[in-house]
Amino acid sequence: MNYHWNWGIFFDQVQNGDETYLAWLISALGWTVAVSITAWIMALVLGAIIGTLRTVPHRGISFFANAWVELFRNIPLLVQMFLWFFVVPELLPKDLALWVKQDMPAKEFVTAAICLGLFTSSRIAEQTRAGIQSLPRGQTNAGLAMGFTRAQVYRYVLLPMAFRIIVPPLTSELMNIFKNSSVAFAIGVLELTFVSRQMQEDTSQGIEVYAAVTLLYFICAFAANRGMALVEKRVQVPGYIAGAH
Amino acid sequence: MTQTLLPRRLTLIAASLAAFGLSAQVQAGTIEKVKESGAITMGIRESSLPLSYLDDKQQPVGYHVEICQKIVDGVKAKLGLKAVKINYQPVTSQNRIPLVTNGTVDLECGSTTNNAARQQQVAFAPTTFVTNVRMAVKKASGITGLQQLNGKPVATTTGTTSVQLMRGHEKGKGIDFKEVYGKDHADAFLMLESDRAVAFVMDDNLLAGLIASSKNPSDYAIVGEVLNIEPIAIMLRKEDPQFQGMVNATVKDLAKSGELDKLYKKWFQSPIPPKGVNLNFTMSEQLKEAIKNPNDLPAEQYNIKK
Repeated sequence: MNYHWNWGIFFDQVQNGDETYLAWLISALGWTVAVSITAWIMALVLGAIIGTLRTVPHRGISFFANAWVELFRNIPLLVQMFLWFFVVPELLPKDLALWVKQDMPAKEFVTAAICLGLFTSSRIAEQTRAGIQSLPRGQTNAGLAMGFTRAQVYRYVLLPMAFRIIVPPLTSELMNIFKNSSVAFAIGVLELTFVSRQMQEDTSQGIEVYAAVTLLYFICAFAANRGMALVEKRVQVPGYIAGAH
Repeated sequence: MTQTLLPRRLTLIAASLAAFGLSAQVQAGTIEKVKESGAITMGIRESSLPLSYLDDKQQPVGYHVEICQKIVDGVKAKLGLKAVKINYQPVTSQNRIPLVTNGTVDLECGSTTNNAARQQQVAFAPTTFVTNVRMAVKKASGITGLQQLNGKPVATTTGTTSVQLMRGHEKGKGIDFKEVYGKDHADAFLMLESDRAVAFVMDDNLLAGLIASSKNPSDYAIVGEVLNIEPIAIMLRKEDPQFQGMVNATVKDLAKSGELDKLYKKWFQSPIPPKGVNLNFTMSEQLKEAIKNPNDLPAEQYNIKK
């Protein structure tokens, strides 16, 4: 291929700026991590609640939880991103809408984190439900027979085991959230994918830029994987599936 | 151990050499490729009105598309081929240069600015259009110049040269915009339309096209000082003198014979598909000059600070 290589490009100064392209990449990595972690916290809390509600023997509650999951997992992530960014503000009262669109601090970041958090919460809810339902029914009955309320059965019997069981799929989910955060470029969050596109355009050194960004995504996802492996080890119950090595 | 590994290593080397050979063949020259395959791949844009876009039947049309079709006719005539099949490959701001350098696209007929950084990777045909970077605003906003944008959100498209320009102006004049980015021109215009931004900075012909095809064209105006002058040209692979020669010859002929003026009138000053709007876009002095003396000078030569 007739390509003009320049690996030193990362140490070049940005056109019309004082910083280097390396500084751009570092700040972009920061945004990627910030969007991912914020979304992850949201997804974990909401997903655990919604997933638990799906297993509750109450029609209204489980209908609500099911609707939540189906809504957020049946629409492509990119489309959800546009819905939150372009459509939702139009539904607000005019003054509030204008504030959200123009003056809300870090508006792209907030929109992206909410969108990615809700999208992932539906997936975590599904896993939480699967975790709870994988436990023998006898455990619920035994808890109730011992005089626990249903809330206590969840708190002391079901959830502690269910969460341990779903650590492996949660690991994949945390890795996914880093990769899915790349969709946030579409609404203008200055994260890795965004900066790679801009830097490619500025410098015309596409291969070097995408190589660097690929490596950074890989490091993020791999760090998430190793971190969760530690969690898995700490919480394992000897003899149970999550602890079986 | 080493001995058993050796044959495997050799196959690996042979395989990579074969792969190299293959790509070298592609690079042997576009003319060879066209002769062998009877086809040429043209890179086109989906929404760069009126240079290169898809009409209501999803067919590529536009000023640059038509020039490229004439270039292919020229190649066909010079090689004495009966027919050359044109394959259309939609490209974006991000992938157009890689697609040209790696051999997927032979002739990029979009709206690519010819600048010095890009000349390191690709070659350009003589300039066939010159655009001025300005801004589109809603008339109701009363904005007429850059100074009024201080502290306001301003939209542009990711991966375009306008982003660099805005950065430069921010620094030079002490104006502090809040940049917002659309992933393509349509999205960036939507930001202006939905009040996410008060201005959209872009090539003026693209702005005129977006306004013409918007819901209420009379709501918008192109205003303010020119941020940059940019020569727009058809892009091709570097170090391919035979093909470059044919492309240059055709473009120069078109310029000399007055054909370019006719094409300009057809696409910039007459009703065009899909909606039959007329952009009423007068030819800039810089373009008149480029038609008189065809050249492939980069944007930097057009904007020497005085």
